[in-house]
Amino acid sequence: MNSQWTTAAEQGLCSCHVCGLLSKMPPHDHPGHCSRCGARLHGRKHDSLARSWALLIAAYLLYIPANLLPIMETGSLLKHREDTIISGIVQLWKTGFEGIATIVFIASIMVPLFKLIALTLLLISVQRRSVWLIGQRLRLYRLVELVGRWSMLDIYVVTILAAVVQIRSLATVTAGPGAIAFGAVVVLSMFSAIYFDPRLIWDPLQKERIV
Amino acid sequence: MPNHSAHLIACHECDLLQREIPIPLGGEAHCCRCSAMLYRSSPGTFDNTLAFAMAAAILFVIANAYPLIGIDIQGNTNATHLFGAVRYLWDHEMLLISILVGVTTIVIPAIEITMMLYILLPFRFSLVPIGVPNILRVLQSIKPWSMIEVFMLGILVSLVKLKDTSTIIPGVALWSFGGLTLMLAAVASSFNPRDVWQRLDNISTRENQHE
Repeated sequence: MNSQWTTAAEQGLCSCHVCGLLSKMPPHDHPGHCSRCGARLHGRKHDSLARSWALLIAAYLLYIPANLLPIMETGSLLKHREDTIISGIVQLWKTGFEGIATIVFIASIMVPLFKLIALTLLLISVQRRSVWLIGQRLRLYRLVELVGRWSMLDIYVVTILAAVVQIRSLATVTAGPGAIAFGAVVVLSMFSAIYFDPRLIWDPLQKERIV
Repeated sequence: MPNHSAHLIACHECDLLQREIPIPLGGEAHCCRCSAMLYRSSPGTFDNTLAFAMAAAILFVIANAYPLIGIDIQGNTNATHLFGAVRYLWDHEMLLISILVGVTTIVIPAIEITMMLYILLPFRFSLVPIGVPNILRVLQSIKPWSMIEVFMLGILVSLVKLKDTSTIIPGVALWSFGGLTLMLAAVASSFNPRDVWQRLDNISTRENQHE
């Protein structure tokens, strides 16, 4: 890698996360504020790894009930049905909506799983101060940020169906307990990605350890 | 105008120090190490963004005031508003899901649009509203949680799921949500916070010269 590259942290500078203005890094015991916009200054996001890990582990735990418990309960005159995320997708596929089934599969199964695994990989590699595939790992982080929100899809579908399909005794839809767990997985993993500081991926390249 | 060629900036994704260079209208400056977008020079003016934000505000009101979708099963009909759907979940012990949906589809988009108008309307008349730095900070931190476009996809998936068992009555809000999705995307792509900071900088330099 190019040795002439200098980071702001090496020069004792830090950029404001709101307006981008460069300022002198405030001393540790003395929190500083950006002179232009007043935002709190920090060289790296505060406690980035610990917070990101905590939220990620919580998301892993909730991922289990999110997939095992039903997220939607459908009732009609003849039958009562409980659908988990997967059985809902299978049902869509069987009734001939392969395209929609694929979209839901990507948003509800692939994206959450991808996010959890990608964040784990990022956190472990940053903790080991790895210089392995730095560019690729940054791209991975950008992808996590980009796709995370789309997992909310199933929550919205359940909400709309539950509110619309309320025709007494003919058809009812309610949200199941799995929906809460699934919503929590989405929110927790989004927060985990927000707390992760991508600059930590690059820090091992600089000679001095930045705390 | 301050001399920007002398300004240093740090990449927000890898912390590399770089000189800020002038770029042509509509151009973008990318980090030379990690290729993150550092800043862009927007071809549109504040007027464009203001027009999109006003259209978004109008569509937002319509989208919330009219029914989203209705269904008809054997002569029995039922229709729902977005707020009705959130309310329904709240009344049926699904508080967390209700809050999650309400915040991401109603509260956050409403705050986003209001704050945009609060900054841009006075700018149109060469005024500077108070508290712009704080507002930009809030706008930046709530951005990941505004999920109108995901909700739009949720509506489409719901329509497909309903198609099988019932006759769908599309509501006015359905079309408004489509328009709102487009307008919010247009606001996001034409709004450039850097232009706002620059305008604030210019004003403070002018004031200093007067003194």
